[in-house]
Parts: sequence; structure tokens; C-alpha cells
Amino acid sequence: MDEEGENVKLVIGIVRPEKANDVLEALYRAEVRGVSISRVEGHGGELERVETYRGTTVKMGLSDKARFEVAVSESFVQPTIEALCDGARTGEVGDGKIFVVPLEQAVRIRTGESDEAAVTPVAHR
Amino acid sequence: MSALGAVLPLAQVDTGDTAWMLTSTALVLLMTIGLGLFYAGLVRAKSTLNTFMMCVSAMAIGGVTWALLGYSLAFDGEAALLGGLDHVALNGVGFEPREGGTIPALVFMAFQGTFCIITVALVSGAVVERMRFGAWMVFAALWSVLVYAVLAHWAFGGGWLAGQGLLDFAGGVPVEMGSGFAALAAALVVGQRKDYGRQALLPHNAVYVLLGAGLLWFGWFGFNGGSGLSAGNSSVLAFVNTMLTPACALLTWFALDLIRGRRVTAIGAATAIIVGCVLITPAGGFVSPGWAMALGFLGALPCYAVIVWRPRTRVDETLDVLAAHGIAGFTGILFLGLVAQIGWNGVADGLLYGDAGQFWSQALGAAVAPAYAFIATFALLKLVGAIMPLRASEHEEAVGMDVVYHGEEAYASGEGAILVQPESDHERLVAEPS
Repeated sequence: MDEEGENVKLVIGIVRPEKANDVLEALYRAEVRGVSISRVEGHGGELERVETYRGTTVKMGLSDKARFEVAVSESFVQPTIEALCDGARTGEVGDGKIFVVPLEQAVRIRTGESDEAAVTPVAHR
Repeated sequence: MSALGAVLPLAQVDTGDTAWMLTSTALVLLMTIGLGLFYAGLVRAKSTLNTFMMCVSAMAIGGVTWALLGYSLAFDGEAALLGGLDHVALNGVGFEPREGGTIPALVFMAFQGTFCIITVALVSGAVVERMRFGAWMVFAALWSVLVYAVLAHWAFGGGWLAGQGLLDFAGGVPVEMGSGFAALAAALVVGQRKDYGRQALLPHNAVYVLLGAGLLWFGWFGFNGGSGLSAGNSSVLAFVNTMLTPACALLTWFALDLIRGRRVTAIGAATAIIVGCVLITPAGGFVSPGWAMALGFLGALPCYAVIVWRPRTRVDETLDVLAAHGIAGFTGILFLGLVAQIGWNGVADGLLYGDAGQFWSQALGAAVAPAYAFIATFALLKLVGAIMPLRASEHEEAVGMDVVYHGEEAYASGEGAILVQPESDHERLVAEPS
């Protein structure tokens, strides 16, 4: 059980919101199914944007980002990373980061399947 | 123009007429803000302010070019092609009425100026979310003089279209067909948004769209109701028709929405209000209320067809100015040639009431105005494009026009914003301790 659990990873990609559609396309082409997206704000060392509202000038310390979470089996980790890079890269500072973390356990609620079976799309079996 | 002015030996100001025209002028100016709201709701959230600002900039630019040059070119004299330069910078525009008029020339100038402003603002709908703000303002200034003022002279100022009998009550030629076909040319020259046809580019706030349409309809009572240049019968007729035609256009739109998608849509309703107001614009003071209703029911059909068809093409005429203004203006100006009744307007009958010649006058206007607006706008934008880039870069388009051109966001959260102290305060803080 423990060994099986190590075969499932969570790939977290934090990307520019305007590139989110490109990433989705790239993931689709890499046959990675099952993804969550959330809108987040963060700071990653990029230049701060200056905005002015009447007399008030501010530096925007946080930028909008889209956060992808993709739970995949070991063999899909690399394709997922490549898809995230392909879709999100512009070459400018602020393209984002990818984090890969081991998953203790994954469960498909509908069937109770766990781990690899839980993150493998139904159509693939 | 009321009969009163013609009967009196000396041009005399009628205070009742003047009061209504002052009111109408303010009503029409409000339309441009209504249009800004309407357009802002139709674009994505990241271009809300820029879209609105294109309309606001039309108020600045159109207001100034009109006073300096446009008014003179449109309304000084009755030469066939273009007015003279005697009223440049409002020279000789004072409290005296124009020939045959009952309101001070100043009020007439301001009323017509608000038309110039809204027409310039309308064209922006074709190029939102990718045109550079600076290039837009240069284009808007040139367009307000070279296209709007010219068409206004032809249709309103005694130019050749008016001379050969064209009836255009409130601007089917200069405002509606002028903006609609200019929009098509602008969309072709500036080109489509980078994501057009690849991603769904959806309206971000349908409530803005409805509220904007409501403000436009409200303002249109001054736009059409003031175009009799008096508080007389033709203004009354146009005012009432402005209530009736959009109501009928709405019902047609509901029915078409039901047939096509089994649901009545809110953004469709907002569009129908605009289409209805545009349809009655050229015909307002010339057709009976019954025919105005028929115009609303029938005239919505071609506009709906173009709205459905356009997004299937490669032409990103983003906010459908062509369908809502160009096609509706075209339909209205022809329809009026069919059903005008001398019993209602005291001027002319249409084809159905025995005067086929009137219909051909209308048809000439419906052919000439789109051609001039399209060709002149196309050439003008090519010229501006040769001097400066018309478009934002792909990266800027991705970030959104608001941050790039205005340094503001429509929906700033303020989270993570670091206050930059004004320099004077900063200097004082540094200076005080010593």
C-alpha cells in the first residue's frame, strides 16, 4: 500500500492567467486528464506594476496567477511538466513555477478506488 | 424646423423650442456614457476601462474638433460636397438662430456636436481590446472631421444628398451607416484579437450591458426627439416613435432567440433596444406610429441575421457595430422611403403612398453613405497605421488594455498593493529630522 502511494504525484503549476488556456490545450494534447484550476495571487520576483488612482500611486506587489493542480501516476509526471512549460512559457520574468510533491493517498469518491486507479481516467481502462 | 420661424420676417428665438433643445443636447451627451457602459460590459474584465475610455475620449476629441472645424464643414453653407470655413472655431455662432430656425445657433451647434461625439464613440466598438489608445485618439480626431462632418453635411447641412431629396430625420446616414460601415473597415484594417476564433471571448458583465442599453434608449429620446430642432409636431412624433419601435424590436428579438436557442437572452435584449432605436432614427419624424411599430417588428430581422452570421467569419468586428447600427440604419432609411406619409410629416410621401421618387432618393443615400464611410475609414486607418502602430503587442493584449494603457484595473482588489508615498511627503519626512 505504501509503495503504491509513492507512485502518485501532485503536480502544481503556477502560471500566468492569460496562458491558462494554452496550458489546458497542452495538457489535453499530452493526454493528461483530470485537472483543477484556481485563481491565486502571488509574488515571484517579477517587476512590480505601478498603478495610479487619482492622487494615490501604488506598486502592485502581488500578481494574478492561475494555479493548476494535476494528480498523476509516475509515468505521467514528465509529460505533465512538459505540457505546463510549453503552454505557460513566454520567456519573460513571471512565467511561474512548477512543484511536484508525493501524494500520500488518492481516492476516487464515486468508486472508492485509490491511488493509481483513482487518478487514471475512466476512458483509459 | 417649425413653421413659425419661416413665417416671421426676422429669425426669432422661440424659448420653448430652445428649452427642449437644451434638454435634448444633455440627453444625447449622456448616450456616450451609456454606450461606454454597454461596450464595457461586452468585453473581458481586463479591458473594461480601456473600452469605456475610448468612449470618454470621443467626448474630449469630438467635442473639440467639432467646435474648431467639424461644425463649419458640416453646416456652413449649402455647397454640394462640403461646407465652408466661416464658422471655424465657432466664428459667428451666437444667439441668433440659423436661417429658418427658432433656436440660437449656439444650441444647434452643441446639439449637433453631441451627435459627432456619439458617432466617433460608436466606431470604437470594432477595435476594442487590441487597438493602441494613442492611435485610437489620433484616428478619432481625423475621423470626426473627414468622415462624420462630411456625411453630416451631405445629409443634414444642405449637401448633395439632402439636395436630391434624401430624408434622414436624426442621422441614419452620418451616425448609423457612418459608424456601422466605418466599423467594418476599422475591424479589417486593425485585424482580429489574437485569441479570436481560438478561445471563447465572452462579455464579462451583462448587467452593464443592460444598464448601458437603458441609458442609450433614454438618451435617444433627445437624439430623435430633438431632431425636429423644436418642440413641434415632428419632434413629438419622433419622440413617441422612439418609445414604440424598440419595444417591437425587443419582441421580435425574444421570438428569434426562442426559436434559435429556446431561451430569451439578456444581452440579446440589450442589443434589440439599440437596434430598435437605430431603426427609428432616420424615420422618426416622418412615419406614423403604426408604421414605426412595423419597422421595429420587421427591421430587427436583418440585424439579427447579421449578428448571428458575423462571429462565424474571420472578421472580429468585436461589438457588432455593423449589425446594430449599419444594417439597422440602412433598413430604417429604406423603410422610410416606403411608408412616409405627408399627413404625418408635412414633407413627403413614400412609395406606398404614391411617391416612388422618394424611395429612390432614400436608396441613393443607403448606397452612398456605406460606401463613403467604408472607403474613407479604410484609407484613413491605413494612413494612421503608416505613421504609428495601430495595435498593442501580443503580450500587452494578453495582460489587458486597462493595465497597459491606463495603469488602473476596473476591479482592483488592493491586496498586495504597496503605497508609494508622494514625493513631497517623502522629502518632508527626510528633511524634518535634521
